[in-house]
Amino acid sequence: MSLNAITERAPGAAPSTAKWVAWTIAALIAWGVIYSQLVPFAAWIVAATGLDAKTHLGEAVSFFAYDTPKVLLLLTLVVFGMGVVRSFFSPEKTRALLAGKREGIGNVLAASLGIVTPFCSCSAVPLFIGFVSAGVPLGVTFSFLISAPMVNEVALGLLFGLVGWKVALTYLAFGLAVAIVSGWVIGRLHLEHWLEDWVRNIRAGAIDLVPADLTVIDRIKAGIEAIRDIVGNVWPWIIAGIATGAFIHGYVPSDLLATIMGRGAWWSVPAAVLIGIPMYSNAAGIIPVVEALLAKGAALGTVLAFMMSVIALSLPEMIILRKVLTLRLIAVFVGVVGTGILAVGFLFNILF
Amino acid sequence: MKDVKVLGSGCKRCIATAEMVQTEADKLGIEVHLEKVTDYAAIAGYGIVSTPGLVIDGKVVHAGGLPKPEDMARWLAA
Repeated sequence: MSLNAITERAPGAAPSTAKWVAWTIAALIAWGVIYSQLVPFAAWIVAATGLDAKTHLGEAVSFFAYDTPKVLLLLTLVVFGMGVVRSFFSPEKTRALLAGKREGIGNVLAASLGIVTPFCSCSAVPLFIGFVSAGVPLGVTFSFLISAPMVNEVALGLLFGLVGWKVALTYLAFGLAVAIVSGWVIGRLHLEHWLEDWVRNIRAGAIDLVPADLTVIDRIKAGIEAIRDIVGNVWPWIIAGIATGAFIHGYVPSDLLATIMGRGAWWSVPAAVLIGIPMYSNAAGIIPVVEALLAKGAALGTVLAFMMSVIALSLPEMIILRKVLTLRLIAVFVGVVGTGILAVGFLFNILF
Repeated sequence: MKDVKVLGSGCKRCIATAEMVQTEADKLGIEVHLEKVTDYAAIAGYGIVSTPGLVIDGKVVHAGGLPKPEDMARWLAA
């Protein structure tokens, strides 16, 4: 087994690389063909069930039959692309880039690297300790920790596919802004003494990890691995999200949402942020709901605030971070990020 | 006898990594002393930021994500 793998990497690598690239291109073409057939497919499903597309149930089924394959296809493509891009980054490299950076420029860099650095909330604690103990300023570490889960490829890819590129770009810009400003504010407050004691006393060991030489094949494999890992894990969330979205599409009267979540109701933005905190979903589950809310007349700012709150302020992550942060520091974190999200929500409802 | 440490807080991948160490070592007929390091302070002391991390005879050889079996075999045989 291991011998095979070694011989595969030896001189014969060139034709093998061509083969992998050719297969990747073929898969992308197949993807495009399937994607172009989604509308007829959904119409066929609705026709097969014998439902009238004008009824509540018909509308809901049509939404579900069209959106499920569409979201899964888009997600697969985006996750593959980001899997390849992320093979060029690692949390260790990101830390080396951020160590000793001044605040300000450090916050911008950290938030941006948060988009492309592979990150899993299960390693949020080692990452936090690793960053702080290596001399990455606290505020800069927070910028990374806010941006990494919130502004990610799943959120951007799905928003782009379902709601359009304008909303996706807006989300990117304002998500980064919230991460940069919140991190900067936390840094200004000088709360280092609010870390748990043992965290402050850790000195990170020097690391001399030899970076693996990745070939083109390795990077394509990284993309496929990302699909298996991410799409394999989030698909139940997506189905649940689309089912919720389908229900909203078919059954919730549009004027109801326009009243509750419309531009006129100023209190809807803080309400959306508050409701979002205990709700825990990832971007994949929440975006089909976002699309449905928008279609029913909810204001963009309110919906964006809701989405950011659900993704960025999650109870499970706070419980994990409690191991390294005191409750006071977590409260500041929630307060600062929540205020940033509120500002985004209000700004949008006024501007658009 | 190789001294192998798997660094991680007990996540799914950390457990899978530890199992892979044992499987590959058995295949190669190498004796290993396997230890799981779950203490965050100790993990940070090795300088890694992402888990699972792998330390063989005191040297960090891997950090973040499930390692490839062929790499594992190479590290163990080295």
